[in-house]
Amino acid sequence: MIDFIWLLLFLGGIGTAMVTGHMDKIAQAILDGAKHGVELAFALIAIIALWMGLMQIAERAGMVRWLSRLLRPVGRWLYPSVPPDSPAMGAILANMSANLLGIGNAATPLGLQAMKELQAINPIKDRASDAMCTLLAVNTASITIIPTTVIAVRLQYGSQHPTEVVGTTIVATVIGTGVAIVLDRLFRKLSKRKEAS
Amino acid sequence: MQSVIEVASTWILPLVIAGILVAGAVRRIPLYNTFVDGAKGGFGTSVRLIPHVVAMMVAVSVFRASGAMDLIVNWVHPVAAWFHIPSQVVPMALLRPISNAGSLALLTDLFQQPHHGPDSFAGLLASTMQASTDTTLYIITVYFGSVGIERFRYALTVGLLSDLASVVGSVVAVWLLHPSLF
Repeated sequence: MIDFIWLLLFLGGIGTAMVTGHMDKIAQAILDGAKHGVELAFALIAIIALWMGLMQIAERAGMVRWLSRLLRPVGRWLYPSVPPDSPAMGAILANMSANLLGIGNAATPLGLQAMKELQAINPIKDRASDAMCTLLAVNTASITIIPTTVIAVRLQYGSQHPTEVVGTTIVATVIGTGVAIVLDRLFRKLSKRKEAS
Repeated sequence: MQSVIEVASTWILPLVIAGILVAGAVRRIPLYNTFVDGAKGGFGTSVRLIPHVVAMMVAVSVFRASGAMDLIVNWVHPVAAWFHIPSQVVPMALLRPISNAGSLALLTDLFQQPHHGPDSFAGLLASTMQASTDTTLYIITVYFGSVGIERFRYALTVGLLSDLASVVGSVVAVWLLHPSLF
């Protein structure tokens, strides 16, 4: 799937450039894309290091365990294949809490941590497990309560009501996440059926 | 209500950090060393991401520079109009799953247009879309890439379909909470 999308983006782009005569821009676009990729990854070092450091403290202080206990029923329902007491469940629930609080910066390293723990209990190492797919579904739909960045941008561009977006975001995100969870369940069942036959 | 949320959005991050530090201090954890110990992992994780992010960014960059993105916007336009999505918002909705920085750039671009300030229908809708979903392709690349998963199964399909649901959800949300803008 990722091979297909990757190829499609490249060939679609180069093909369009051939027809529209934008070929001169392609070489530059390739270099720019690569440069932005590296810049983004480097920019992430700061954020990931900061939150991994803070989360290490939170974890040793027992906060993650406390949050996990609070969200455990949700976790057990969403991730039936993950043992409720495993470090994987702890990381998943911590990632969920960070998403809920709208601290996306913290959610990513915690999500990566959860992914690592899930990989440890994944029987087929190059293939995503059910729980990994659920983790992605929940993260890509990302329940957000306070969209900090968007509020900041709105304020910057002279909005009279910069926080008006909070209410609409909560409604939209609940719809999006609800659909993501339903689809994840549906596709999980479909893939089970396909493997069984 | 407005001011409560406004205050909350600036206070939450510092408060979370303070809470973590206080909890650590109460439990008598060596705060500084524990932080440094955890932060060490940040470098390795980020560096491991570089090849994945470069691969995806190059492809997206080629796709945009060629004008292919604009063509797709033209195709999608009639469908978007049916959902009451202004055509200026369409590229943002399409770019959102692929690039966070890209869609944020388009959002600010929209805010600067004379007829579409942040408080306009298009502005509020685009803000809601930007806020209510995440960069699906990036998250999948990064999350799976970090542990070497190559077979994604249905994750990408579910991710993209729920992005679509969030776009429609944003329209519903603006319609519900700000019917006067419609």
